[in-house]
Amino acid sequence: MSTFWSLWIIVLTLVCLGLVCWVLFANRKVAVKDSEEPENQTTGHIYDGIEEFDNPLPRWWFLMFVGTLIFGAIYLALYPGLGGFKGIIGWTQVKQLEAEQEKAAEVEAKTYGVYASMPVEELIHDGRAMKMGVRLFANNCAVCHGADGGGNYGFPNLTDNDWLYGGKAEDIRNSIANGRGGAMPALGAVLGEENVAKVAEYVLSLSGQDHDAALAEAGAPMFQQNCAVCHGADAKGNKMVGAPNLTDNTWLYAGTREAIQQTIRSGRQNQMPAQHNKLREEKIHLLAAYVYSLSFNYDE
Amino acid sequence: MSEKSSPEDGQTIRYRNLYEKSDKIYTRKITGLYQNIRRYTGLPLIAGFLLLPWFVIDGRPAVLFDLPARQFHVLWLTFWPQDFMLLAWLLIISAFTLFTVTTSLGRVYCGFTCPQTVWTLMFISVEHFFEGDRNKQIKLDQSPWNFNKIWRKSSKHAVWVLIAFITGVTFIGYFVPIRELLLGLLPYRDSVSGMMTIDANPVAAFWTLFFTTATYLNAGWMREQVCKYMCPYARFQSVMYDNNTLSVHYDTKRGESRGARKPKDDYKANGLGDCIDCSWCVQVCPVDIDIRDGLQYECINCGLCVDACNAVMDKMQYPRGLVRFTSEDELKTGVFKFLRPRIIGYALAVTAMMSAFVYTISTRTPLSVDVIRDRGARMYRISGDQVQNVYTVKINNMDNNPHTYSVGVEGDYPFEVKNYRPVQILAGEVFTVPLRISVPRKALDTEKTTLILKVTASDNDKLQAIETTNFIGPAPHK
Ligand code: SF4
Ligand code: SF4
Repeated sequence: MSTFWSLWIIVLTLVCLGLVCWVLFANRKVAVKDSEEPENQTTGHIYDGIEEFDNPLPRWWFLMFVGTLIFGAIYLALYPGLGGFKGIIGWTQVKQLEAEQEKAAEVEAKTYGVYASMPVEELIHDGRAMKMGVRLFANNCAVCHGADGGGNYGFPNLTDNDWLYGGKAEDIRNSIANGRGGAMPALGAVLGEENVAKVAEYVLSLSGQDHDAALAEAGAPMFQQNCAVCHGADAKGNKMVGAPNLTDNTWLYAGTREAIQQTIRSGRQNQMPAQHNKLREEKIHLLAAYVYSLSFNYDE
Repeated sequence: MSEKSSPEDGQTIRYRNLYEKSDKIYTRKITGLYQNIRRYTGLPLIAGFLLLPWFVIDGRPAVLFDLPARQFHVLWLTFWPQDFMLLAWLLIISAFTLFTVTTSLGRVYCGFTCPQTVWTLMFISVEHFFEGDRNKQIKLDQSPWNFNKIWRKSSKHAVWVLIAFITGVTFIGYFVPIRELLLGLLPYRDSVSGMMTIDANPVAAFWTLFFTTATYLNAGWMREQVCKYMCPYARFQSVMYDNNTLSVHYDTKRGESRGARKPKDDYKANGLGDCIDCSWCVQVCPVDIDIRDGLQYECINCGLCVDACNAVMDKMQYPRGLVRFTSEDELKTGVFKFLRPRIIGYALAVTAMMSAFVYTISTRTPLSVDVIRDRGARMYRISGDQVQNVYTVKINNMDNNPHTYSVGVEGDYPFEVKNYRPVQILAGEVFTVPLRISVPRKALDTEKTTLILKVTASDNDKLQAIETTNFIGPAPHK
């Protein structure tokens, strides 16, 4: 706040307070001249035949008003309220917020701390922990992965047993804490449009979908040359780099001919944001356990 | 009205104070029908107020407004923020009941059952006990401070503070279990620091103190000032009055002209009416008005002046009822009409609303369900040959026992709930369950269809909530 505005507020506030005091005290008494009829106790206002009497207000009312004025003066001295003046005790909302956050952190550490030392394999059988997991997931993960963790176009399904980066508890924890960046390079310029179609036919054949056998055969060597580095010679994927398995019929993007061609031609960029700045260690542990539970088969 | 004179320009100017200290009202003790009615309506109210928080039902206080948990326990019922409508209706019903009563009986609520009145009555009887009746009180206040005055005054205030404290604790006892509150308020010496300390939650302790102070000030010092200047009801009750409203009136025709007389005189021959101008009716009035000036807004219809005047009439051997509960029309014409269209209308409205209210309360299921379709994602999900929609189902178990709920789905297509694992939801818990509903792609031939979700407690199928929502699928030609 510039000095001008600060002064503006200070002057305005103090002048108003002063005015209120003046109005209150100046009107404490009214002079009644001898010439006026002593019997007349009305103010002279008449409406609908009803006269307004000039009855005095109770004194405690006046005293309460004075009380609020004193309260106002003390308040303005202690707390910020007069322009740039910070108040004698230096109270700020930021400090209040920080105090609240600290309190919340303490409570969190207590609530989630209980589960920090329990292994994931145990946690998934703890009803209370899993309930907390549902809430954490709803607040932090459901926007992309869906409320049920079932995934979406471009966002992995967490309820099947198909894992891009591995489905062990530790892998899941890593994904949540540090995030993942998936990158499929665009091959359109390298292969040329005709070859994109051939490789796509080959990929279709890998998962046993309808395909043109001749084109697929022509695409096979190109796949080995360009794609096997990441997806492996058997196209079963590579969890180190997050390359998907192409032989099952689970697709991060749709598994149709057009979608596959598009992927090969233009590549794909995926980003799972790291959560460790946002969530504390205990929460990530609980979330990892919950995600683990999503694909866990309880019936076996 | 205090006025001061000061000479100025040779002319005397008087000042009138616009904020005046109100004179203390010394009320005269009185016994009689209405004073008794007052006592016997007041006592059960006080007893009820004091005892209610001590009762225990189902292991918790009979009445507890649990603000942190946002639950209101009233006897066997528990109310939730969702039941806010019920509270609104309760207030509306109360307001209409008040209209009905005021239109027919005037401000009897004020005079007989309003807590301000009841507590003031209590404080006044303490005052009477220690300081004696009106005349003794006036004399005591004028007398110099001596032992007699000091002990009488200090005992009065001590008892006032005690009553105020009991009131404060009891009132907070409706928000915090009262046993905990009382135990927490007992001071004890801390074994570590050696200091006197209390365990009570500082918020509860503060409010207990606050209501103790407020009660003491209200019933001890403010009394009728609250009714005259603070209570909003005093301000608008006059619009409910009509010419047939029963209220306390002085029968001018019979009373005037008032005046003192000797017992044996034929006062009627002297042109006097029945009022002997003893001013008893003024002396007993808790709001210090003279009812003989006519109906005034301060009058709380308490009937004390009726008792006082009747006592005088008895003494004089005149018939009772110079001051009595009557209506303007009755004073004029002698006919009192109780059933007016207005009263009938109010009574019908109150009865209808009350029946609806009781019906709603008695048929309420302690389960509430909210369904929200997933919005963060695409409209729908296709997995293999299934079309899936994802929902967030908020289940609020408002029952006092934990329950496990199953979710069923109905609609025009063979819908199916996938991956749902029933969880136990504790008493009073709100839990959000993700829910996936799927249908074979071939079966679905509309883009949008209505879905009915049934959430049922597995141990009690009466505990059921039904919600409708939408299912979105691909356009049929795809
Ligand atoms: S005038 Fe009579 S009824 Fe009215 S408040 Fe006074 S004592 Fe009560
Ligand atoms: S108590 Fe009755 S008799 Fe006495 S002044 Fe009042 S109205 Fe008159």
